[in-house]
Amino acid sequence: MITKRIIPCLDVKNGRVVKGVNFLGLSDVSSPVELAKFYSDNGADELVFYDITASAEGRALFTDILCEVARTIFIPLTVGGGINTVDDFDRVLKCGADKVSVNSGAIRNPDLIYQAAKLYGDQCVVISADVKRVDGVFRVFAKGGRENTGMEAIEWIKRCVNNGAGEVVLNSIDTDGVKGGFDLEMLDAVCNAVNVPVIASGGAGCKEDFVTLFKTLPKVDAGLAASIFHFGEVSISDLKDTLANNNIPVRR
Amino acid sequence: MVAIVDYGVGNLFSLKSSLEAIGASAFVTSDEKEIKNADKIILPGVGAFGDAAEKLRSSGLGEVVVSEAKKGKPIMGICLGMQLLFDKSYEYGEHEGLGLIRGEIRPISEVIANDLKIPHIGWNALDFVGEKSRIFKYISNGDFVYFVHSYYGAQCDDVIATSEYSAPLTAAVESGNVFGCQFHPEKSGNVGLNILRAFCEL
Repeated sequence: MITKRIIPCLDVKNGRVVKGVNFLGLSDVSSPVELAKFYSDNGADELVFYDITASAEGRALFTDILCEVARTIFIPLTVGGGINTVDDFDRVLKCGADKVSVNSGAIRNPDLIYQAAKLYGDQCVVISADVKRVDGVFRVFAKGGRENTGMEAIEWIKRCVNNGAGEVVLNSIDTDGVKGGFDLEMLDAVCNAVNVPVIASGGAGCKEDFVTLFKTLPKVDAGLAASIFHFGEVSISDLKDTLANNNIPVRR
Repeated sequence: MVAIVDYGVGNLFSLKSSLEAIGASAFVTSDEKEIKNADKIILPGVGAFGDAAEKLRSSGLGEVVVSEAKKGKPIMGICLGMQLLFDKSYEYGEHEGLGLIRGEIRPISEVIANDLKIPHIGWNALDFVGEKSRIFKYISNGDFVYFVHSYYGAQCDDVIATSEYSAPLTAAVESGNVFGCQFHPEKSGNVGLNILRAFCEL
């Protein structure tokens, strides 16, 4: 039986891991390589790296770090941030990434997912959607959650999956950084719309939030979080013990 | 020396790194002589069977792998590389494989419950079949490995492990000196490294 995945997310800027609260007020946390090794040794099922660097120098540094991470740890790696072209896919896959997540790049160029899926396979392409309620409607946001695209989120995600995205990371801007639990309503809507793995992101504040997530929405495949892991509020092994005690299948 | 056969499909960085991490000396090559000189051969692969089988055929590397296997050299196919060891595949048509493992590659949709997602992606437990394989020397029944696949090895008598996905899907095969893993040992943490270690020690 496939286990539920627990995925720490590392936002990397200029070679360091940072974590924003509601995407603002970033603070330096740790070295990506050390943090990746720590998580891998302590039971993380997968790691996500988001490159939030703007400069070309920062991007080259990120690629170097990614290579080093991929030399050090042997669990699946997903990379996102600044992925706008098929060449960007190529760049990070060559460094050892297994999956590439696209967000704004797919919004600017809706053909990107199709092109990448054709070249590298559906399993390699992840659509990461930043979604927020606006007047009661789920809307897709771009540019790290700063810009409302006006697109209805569920339709957008369905379109991406039809074009070849093999996995969905749903990040609820409404619950992100609030630590009050995952956005179950939004996740339920996405799970009912697509038949590829859905990864819940945004809102985890404690172990019980993951229990509630997987108990309420058995279709969700994975839970992703950053700060609660980075700051040691929740250890992955403790979290997995708690999930197992609640009859949720996990790798231990 | 472990030769990782490069026939133009997939990224071999992680596989090479994982072998280096266990102290094996590994190199990526598409050179016939280098493959013949290696002690062991790993056949990797991601993507579609038909395309990969054609690349193995046109490059002549498939023939090299088969002749080395017949001389008794330990060979391991990983993911699509495992599937290519089989007689044939029904992925988008009908394609011939290397014929080192008896059986055929069929869609998992034929055997799994229809509410399950395809591909079978994520961490799943190994259920050993029959006597414990030499490549499982350092791991235990029930250990978890990482899968990504939509097709599986069917009608095969050489299965040494399965994973449950509403049906027991072929996870690993062994026939003499020829081994195959449907999962990715290079992405399966310490369990995966220990499988590679046991293979390298053969």
